[in-house]
Amino acid sequence: MVPISYYVILSAVLFGLGVIGFVFKRNIITIFMAIELMLNAVNLAFVAFSTEFNQLDGLVFVFFVIVVAAAEVAVGLGIVIVIARNRKSLNVEDVNLLKF
Amino acid sequence: MSIPMALFIVCGALSIFGAIGLILAKEPVHSALSLILVMVALAVLYLLLGAAFIAAIQILVYAGAIMVLFVFVIMLLNAGEEVRTNLSRLARWVGLPLGIFFLAEMGYLLFHEYAGRTANAGTATGPVVASTTDLSMKLFTEYVLPFELTSILILIAVLGAMVLARKESQ
Amino acid sequence: MEFVSQHPILVVSVIKIAIALFVVMTALAYLTWFERKVVARIQSRWGPYWVGPHGLLQPLADGIKFLFKEDVVPSSADRITYVLAPFLALALALTTLALIPIGPATISILGQKTQLVIAHSNIALILLFAISSLGIYGVALAGWSSNSKYPLMGGLRSSAQMISYEVSLTLSVVGVLLLAGSFDFYDIVGSQSGHWFHFIPKWQIIPQFFGFLCYLTAAIAETNRIPFDLPEAETELVAGFHTEYSSFKFAMFFMAEYANMITVSCLATLLFLGGWLSPFPDGWRWQLYLPAAGLILGGLALIIGGVKSWQWNAKVVFPVLGIICLGAGALCTLPGLLPVIQGPFWFMAKVFLLLFFYVWLRGTLPRFRYDQLMSFGWKFLLPLSLANLVVTSIVVMFVGARG
Repeated sequence: MVPISYYVILSAVLFGLGVIGFVFKRNIITIFMAIELMLNAVNLAFVAFSTEFNQLDGLVFVFFVIVVAAAEVAVGLGIVIVIARNRKSLNVEDVNLLKF
Repeated sequence: MSIPMALFIVCGALSIFGAIGLILAKEPVHSALSLILVMVALAVLYLLLGAAFIAAIQILVYAGAIMVLFVFVIMLLNAGEEVRTNLSRLARWVGLPLGIFFLAEMGYLLFHEYAGRTANAGTATGPVVASTTDLSMKLFTEYVLPFELTSILILIAVLGAMVLARKESQ
Repeated sequence: MEFVSQHPILVVSVIKIAIALFVVMTALAYLTWFERKVVARIQSRWGPYWVGPHGLLQPLADGIKFLFKEDVVPSSADRITYVLAPFLALALALTTLALIPIGPATISILGQKTQLVIAHSNIALILLFAISSLGIYGVALAGWSSNSKYPLMGGLRSSAQMISYEVSLTLSVVGVLLLAGSFDFYDIVGSQSGHWFHFIPKWQIIPQFFGFLCYLTAAIAETNRIPFDLPEAETELVAGFHTEYSSFKFAMFFMAEYANMITVSCLATLLFLGGWLSPFPDGWRWQLYLPAAGLILGGLALIIGGVKSWQWNAKVVFPVLGIICLGAGALCTLPGLLPVIQGPFWFMAKVFLLLFFYVWLRGTLPRFRYDQLMSFGWKFLLPLSLANLVVTSIVVMFVGARG
């Protein structure tokens, strides 16, 4: 059997890699994908704990995380399309009109 | 080395390779493909943990719809190669070692906290912890309010996406 | 041998996968032959005739041609995605076949009792939809990675079409699930056993007729077949998303399309047409000898046709095939094989009928224009499948689901 700590460590590593991608990448869409990676890592932790304590609430929460991620991606990519149309670039440093 | 352990190592390695591929890829399409690899590997891990329905939903919704949306937008916006910038010196010499140290500390603490406790699910083909019937009973009795709220949320998201992506009428 | 006794399930699964792959790849090849023959007959011509008796070696010739053609890779194509797309399409199309059971019997391979399915899962239906929803990537990535106008347009249009009709596809199946009560194919086919009035079989096509029509239409659109194949029609988009592919990669897309067709037909048989159940009531014992009778009649027809034919290779090959069919028919009457062969026989007969229907549509109907196609999918098919779902749920609530 695989100990639960292995799953949680894997989830932590994936989350950390997602944070690294979020901080260091320049393309808006790639940053968005790093956010999705973080959400997936959290889903893995939820499912692991749900199995550990033999409760189904974790799985229900994963279900809701997936649904909310879908809605967020739809609206977020709509915003990305508008930004690309207006600023003519997908570099996140070009979205700087409100910069002080 | 039992089959669940071997499967966990393979899928864990695949998911970490995919995550590193997401970060290191030059083209956004390659990042998207790496993320799809991560999601499919995670779906297999969910199957290992006994959440078969969630694994199917992960592939059906996450890898099969959300990532398709990502790939479509990348293709439509013709996102080119990523501009290579140099990491600041602080990040490279202080940040990365600190990050690795943090990860190692977290791993050590988690390992010793949960040492001895194993996953409750059986082998990959063993008894499934979560049957779809139980999950849907819980979803529609205890969690029916969040369920209805997410349906409204999806409606808002559909309307928002349609309004945002529409060309401005002259 | 020790490995076999320690991991019996693994070895038996590998054997089943090998047999299934062999059977499916041969069926794919001869499905192309069948399609060309039937479409040709609809169009009052012969179809493949010269390569082997009645064109039976045409798939082999096509395969050899594909293998020996020059493999051209566009210079500005994105290499990784360009090579990955056809592999992805074919791998996903073949993976879905692992979930499809062909019979209820339990046979024993190498002393291990197994069922006639590679992977028996109690959520097989959702897994099948999940894997086929990943098939969109094959098309989209192929179109994008070719770095050329026609494939990009074709790929985007094709994948948009597949996404739109996928929603109606999954919704039209939910009515069947409500009546059957489970995602497992064995339970769904089990809920279709029995007969009303002692002679009408309880197949789901009768209560779920509109569901079946929705499913069939959405399935034809999913697999990019005529009348929904604008994105890959030659007169419209120069072969669409697989324009820039040559030789074996193109053959893989080709095979993936036919494999998707077979998967969708198998799914329609299992969900709506009663799977491996025979349409005759169980009391009629003569139906047990139908497979044997069919094979013997087919063998006799082949022998007579071969002897009467004027092609020299048909004169030789067809009687030999006929004798093999006679032998197989005689084998089917053996008491050991008789109960096992019933399920697969009816299953394959129904899948064959559905595939003939697919090919018949291809020879008969004109294409939809792209905007007609999209508005049909969203404005007609989706409301129809939703209405089917609502009506089914209301009926189930008041009457109670069938067992």
